[in-house]
Amino acid sequence: METLEKVLTPEEQFQARIDADIRIEPKDWMPDAYRKTLIRQISQHAHSELVGMLPEGNWITRAPSLKRKSILLAKVQDEAGHGLYLYSAAETLGTTRDQMLADLHSGKAKYSSIFNYPTLSWADMGCVGWLVDGAAILNQVPLCRTSYGPYARAMVRVCKEESFHQRQGFEIMQTLCEGAPEQKAMAQEALNRWWWPTLMMFGPKDEDSPNTAQSMNWRIKRFTNDELRQKFVDMMVPQAEFLGLTVPDEKVKWNEERQAYDFGEVNWDEFWSVVKGNGLCNHERLQARVQAHEEGAWVREAANAHAAKRAAREAVAA
Amino acid sequence: MLTQDLSGTKAAAATEPSLLFPYVLQLADTSLILAHRLSEWCGHGPILEQDLAMANIALDLLGEARSYYQYAAELEGQGRTEDDLAYLRSAVEYRNPLLVEQPNGDFAHTILRQFLFDNFHYHLLRKLKDGPDAQLAAIAEKSVKEAAYHLKWSSEWVIRLGDGTDESRKRLDKAIATLWRFAGELTTPTAAETALQEIGVLPDYATLLPEMQAHTEHVFAEANVPLPTAVFAQLGGKTGRHSEHLGYLLSELQYMQRTYPGLTW
Repeated sequence: METLEKVLTPEEQFQARIDADIRIEPKDWMPDAYRKTLIRQISQHAHSELVGMLPEGNWITRAPSLKRKSILLAKVQDEAGHGLYLYSAAETLGTTRDQMLADLHSGKAKYSSIFNYPTLSWADMGCVGWLVDGAAILNQVPLCRTSYGPYARAMVRVCKEESFHQRQGFEIMQTLCEGAPEQKAMAQEALNRWWWPTLMMFGPKDEDSPNTAQSMNWRIKRFTNDELRQKFVDMMVPQAEFLGLTVPDEKVKWNEERQAYDFGEVNWDEFWSVVKGNGLCNHERLQARVQAHEEGAWVREAANAHAAKRAAREAVAA
Repeated sequence: MLTQDLSGTKAAAATEPSLLFPYVLQLADTSLILAHRLSEWCGHGPILEQDLAMANIALDLLGEARSYYQYAAELEGQGRTEDDLAYLRSAVEYRNPLLVEQPNGDFAHTILRQFLFDNFHYHLLRKLKDGPDAQLAAIAEKSVKEAAYHLKWSSEWVIRLGDGTDESRKRLDKAIATLWRFAGELTTPTAAETALQEIGVLPDYATLLPEMQAHTEHVFAEANVPLPTAVFAQLGGKTGRHSEHLGYLLSELQYMQRTYPGLTW
């Protein structure tokens, strides 16, 4: 081992650890590009949790029963909790929450584009849980084995809660589909709006995803975008059939040879347009976050000022 | 259900569900409306940790409200459910005090509203948990632990805002000027509450006042804020005379049940 270390460069030693599936921890040496990629990915994930509170938060005050209100509020609160663990995981890489929030507010950092679509009916709470959280789980379960320790450990907890969220979303859909005709119509209408945007959550096609190869090599990422998208379709089409709903894609068809569903092409123009900021809610989602932060400034200042005064008084008393 | 081993006062309550029903409904409405207001902050809090705290308090109050509504439905015995009681009554039928329906305003308003409510709620639950009505006592026993945390949270924030910056102090002063008049309703019994106090189901609110007052004095001293001297109490909510804010809140809260009557969600 000693001789090996003398021969190998730090980069080679780092890659050897990754290849042996040994976790990288905050104090370990790591290439700058690995650190930057992780900060970008984890903070983007944290921002998605934070912004993701808004479309569902939109229905907390209008939930149709006390039980649903309670579950929805608990779910959105979980998302705030996920944001906290993820910001903390990113901080172990040498950034700060203030810096990450500044990047979100300036538009430099991204968050998941799915949250730039509006939630228009109660069935959207079903679709967000069933489809959006379902897609998130497929993206996130492999991250429980990602190479960076703090991120992997945060994801174990996040995934457990997400799987509960997905079940509650499915259960909302099931209740609607077993209910009155107008409830079933509400469920179908919501599925029509959310299906394609959730397929976009896996990111661009593999040939248009230049970072995938490096991220796979670093074991930050373990499956390609297209692999995950296929898994999602294969998982969701039978669930939609079970609910008695129709996926809004005429090309969806079981392919016996591939043992997978064929499906139509995502509208990539729409994908890139929303990524660039032109989705229906991009502007208001970001504004809501900026406004909460700016209007909260005096509260944070007051808390700091009081803490400083109290520390000074205690120092005098001591 | 009420327990069978009833003493004299317990028997009085047991034989008078018609007296208890409106009061339990009042407790339910109060916790629901405040939970609803707090939930409006969700995703918009001044800092992520406080966003979580407000959602958490809202969840506690919502859970407490549901227990009361379920008990009220049982007392009424007309087959209505918790959702019927929450979603299908109009503003004039709601029995929450005016304080809890007041809009969130800025964080200082929300904190002061919470502090005034928590200080009453916690001290009330401490008595109710030892009261003669077994079901109310059981709900209070569970909720008092949560209310103790709520009061700690809102008290610490009154202190931070009062003893923070000039701006936070100014905002807290403004909240006091707006909300203090609604505090008195909490401890001013309605005729229905007086009737329950007379048979020992409810504590005499005068017995809560010394501890409530002592806590307020302590918190305001820590916050370096003089205690307000105004004693005027704006009454009305507990007898169905609400501010204009409640109608808007209910139209949002009840939207789905009113739009799609009789469906299961």
